[in-house]
Amino acid sequence: MDFLQLIISGLANGCVYGLIALGFVLIYKATEAVNFAQGDFMMLGAFVCIGFTNHEYMGLDFWVAVPLSILVMGVFGYLFNWGILRHMFGQSQTSIVILTIAMGFIIRFFAGFFWSHEPTSLETPFAGQDIRSGGLVLGIDEVMIVVVTAILTLLFYLFFSRSRIGLAMQAASQNQLAAYYMGIPVKRIHSLVWGLSGMVAAVAGILFASKGAIDPSTGLLGIKAFAAAAIGGFGSLPGALLGGLIIGLVEPLASRYGPPGVSQIAPYAILLLILIFRPGGIFSQTQRKKV
Amino acid sequence: MSTQNTNADVLLQIDNLESYYGPIMAIRGVSLKVHEGQIVTVLGANGAGKTTLLKTISGVMDPEKGTVKMQGEEIQSLEPDAIVRRGIVHVPEGREIFPLMTVAENIAMGAYTRKDRSTISVDEDMVYSYFPILKDRRTQRAGTLSGGQQQMLAIGRGLMSNPKLMLLDEPSLGLSPLLTQEIFEIIVRLNKEQKVTMMLVEQNAKVALDAADYGYVMELGRIVMNDQADVLAASKDIQEFYLGVSQDENQRGQRRWKQRKTWR
Ligand SMILES: Nc1ncnc2c1ncn2[C@@H]1O[C@H](COP(=O)(O)OP(=O)(O)O)[C@@H](O)[C@H]1O
Ligand SMILES: [Mg+2]
Repeated sequence: MDFLQLIISGLANGCVYGLIALGFVLIYKATEAVNFAQGDFMMLGAFVCIGFTNHEYMGLDFWVAVPLSILVMGVFGYLFNWGILRHMFGQSQTSIVILTIAMGFIIRFFAGFFWSHEPTSLETPFAGQDIRSGGLVLGIDEVMIVVVTAILTLLFYLFFSRSRIGLAMQAASQNQLAAYYMGIPVKRIHSLVWGLSGMVAAVAGILFASKGAIDPSTGLLGIKAFAAAAIGGFGSLPGALLGGLIIGLVEPLASRYGPPGVSQIAPYAILLLILIFRPGGIFSQTQRKKV
Repeated sequence: MSTQNTNADVLLQIDNLESYYGPIMAIRGVSLKVHEGQIVTVLGANGAGKTTLLKTISGVMDPEKGTVKMQGEEIQSLEPDAIVRRGIVHVPEGREIFPLMTVAENIAMGAYTRKDRSTISVDEDMVYSYFPILKDRRTQRAGTLSGGQQQMLAIGRGLMSNPKLMLLDEPSLGLSPLLTQEIFEIIVRLNKEQKVTMMLVEQNAKVALDAADYGYVMELGRIVMNDQADVLAASKDIQEFYLGVSQDENQRGQRRWKQRKTWR
């Protein structure tokens, strides 16, 4: 029972890592840029929702605040690319990476300035409730995280395999020049991908802050999610989620059964092993491309 | 019918076009016309600037000087998607398909600029009727197709935008003579049956001049010769440098042609 609870809570953490990793991979696949502020996007999404929901701020209904926050973060992501990154088109990847790192600092500053430097939790209608069956006690928040992530995964799958825009995003990531030739507005597609990853970050942030407290420095969690993305294979969406789940599961298991401190380095140890023995990540796509 | 000097039925007109890669001037003042319903070929050796010319027309490169007019309207500063909507589609050198998407998805992406589902599905059937092999492979990843099939897919995908003018960049590249023949027969049929005007860039002068109504020859970013296709095919310069027929059966000339062939 205890073990099962450990697994569920690991899965819940892993889902959050996985969703942040998904944001990394979306942007990387579509634009070949790496957004080192993805963790800070997540943190910002959480604070935006806290700002809408919590009583000391606007006190909106939770179910109004959630879609609103997702929308706000979508617009934020879209505008970040449209207003800033788009004008760096043709610059080296390094300068774009540095720009996103700087953006992370700025977001952390503003989150502390507008909201709080103290750990803050999102006030959810289901806070503190449990699901009990037999000897098993599961936090509703943790179950919620797993369920929401599963639904989101399904929606993503349908979006990318069925919708016109989703297919165009795939096309633009597989062959940008050909996408231009087909009349796909590649630059707008890039902004839409940034918007999409802003929305995913908002979901990750809301889930995170409904389970525990969040503060501006939580955005640095992005590094762990970055490892998750690399473990999964940087170009693969299912890989990103799987990488997140692996890290989420390994952490609590390592801290329960491993020597002290090992849970903190476990994600990076796995990353090292993967990079040595399977450099493309678990869902490496380079082999498939060569066929 | 096809005197290149009259202005009737001019679909595409290019005047004094100049394009650069950074400081490198790749197109040095090109002017040409493509009449509606024709197949116009642009011949030239590797590096002559043929691909750059097509990229400038389709809008993925902006020219430094000069104009590109489609049906009388200047399009040289438009974005690529606006140019596709005007009826110009670029079938690029080396196919450039979407490798991890299926054949059917690749075809669907060709219609990205169109909205009307019913006419799109009519055109899908039309594409599959010209390339039945693509219909058999519609659920297969495009990256797993052979070179010839990928070329067919690139042409089929281009047709899905319902173009008035198709820019074909070296469709014979890397294909066997037999496959080249087959592809060119389909290009000629598309021109006749679907009324798609073709601007065909080639290093393979023989097949191109056989298919074309009119031809231009490019060297180092300039047009150096232009005439009816049959006149060009009969001209001494073309025979010597592009068709590999050496006037005095000179061994060196032959070898040079062979060398050129390996570059393709
Ligand atoms: N991406 C590029 N960057 C710099 N120079 C280029 C690039 N592409 C082509 N060039 C140069 O421009 C000239 C024309 O090239 P291109 O249009 O590809 O010729 P072609 O298609 O006739 O072989 C060549 O000298 C080539 O080296
Ligand atoms: Mg070329």
